[in-house]
Amino acid sequence: MNPPDDVFAAAAKVAPIPVGADGPVFSSPWEAQAFAMTLRLHERGLFTWREWAQALAEAIRKAQAAGDADDGSTYYAHWLAALETLVAEKGLAPADALAERRAALERAARATPHGQPILLENDPLGRR
Amino acid sequence: MSGDHGRRHGAHDHHHHDHEGALSPMDLRVRALESILVEKGYVDPAAVDELIETYESRVGPRNGARVVAKAWADPAFRERLRADATEAIVSLGYIGRQGEHMVAVWNTPDEHNMVVCTLCSCYPWTVLGLPPTWYKSAPYRSRAVLDPRGVLAEFGVALPPETRIRVWDSTAEIRYLVIPMRPEGTQGWSEEALAGLVTRDSMIGTGLPHDPASVAAAESGP
Repeated sequence: MNPPDDVFAAAAKVAPIPVGADGPVFSSPWEAQAFAMTLRLHERGLFTWREWAQALAEAIRKAQAAGDADDGSTYYAHWLAALETLVAEKGLAPADALAERRAALERAARATPHGQPILLENDPLGRR
Repeated sequence: MSGDHGRRHGAHDHHHHDHEGALSPMDLRVRALESILVEKGYVDPAAVDELIETYESRVGPRNGARVVAKAWADPAFRERLRADATEAIVSLGYIGRQGEHMVAVWNTPDEHNMVVCTLCSCYPWTVLGLPPTWYKSAPYRSRAVLDPRGVLAEFGVALPPETRIRVWDSTAEIRYLVIPMRPEGTQGWSEEALAGLVTRDSMIGTGLPHDPASVAAAESGP
């Protein structure tokens, strides 16, 4: 099963998705997670590939202005930044909610004994 | 992450040690985003995992398969892998960015090895690719420890009753790579052909290598 070609087409205009002989190449599990979530959100019709390409271009422009190495190693960092911005703009996940959730997950990770899944329920400060 | 350091030396929380830094800043961001999108019903985690599964067989397991095939075919490399798996694997150009320590565990007729950990970051993805969904599931880990033979049976692996099963719990610091037994009937096979027999699951210990006869039959097909 190949992902729809249109995600490659959309990204190609901005910065091509790194691919190997068999498809996209990820250097860490979170990269694949970010990639897959983007495809699913698009499938649900929550944004268009044109909007995605704009968000990705903007994320890369900002990173380069901030001195990004621009050697491909940070590709999915830009991808994730673009996704975070786009879902905030669309009102799907506001930036402050994201920041709060990160903090809760980090507390949960620290409070979880090894070998058990890190669950938000394990956040010692709890959730509202 | 600042603040980590002082905390790490706190005596009261030594039992939390293994998860210190288990989530990288990027892991944390992706998890936070997914968690909110799932909660609001925009994303179905099973659907995301399914999409990832379609890639993970392409991403990394071939690296691990080459390590195993070389261990089967090349006695000098086998000894190197036994003595210091981290160094041996790095020598093939597969380098982890997290400084994890790799240990190879060897299946024999007497002992079968199986690896567990529910944390996706406790997975040797530089050699095995992205962790399969079941590996991250809570039932897999608890059941793998309590009833490894039952879990193996569900994966379609039936071992002789006299074979002991040893379950290894990965940590953020130590990752295990199972070296399955070289299948019978593969004398003289090239490393490349041998690597084709090595499945991802056989390197986690929840599977066995492909049967050489079935692979040869498939390759002689159209």
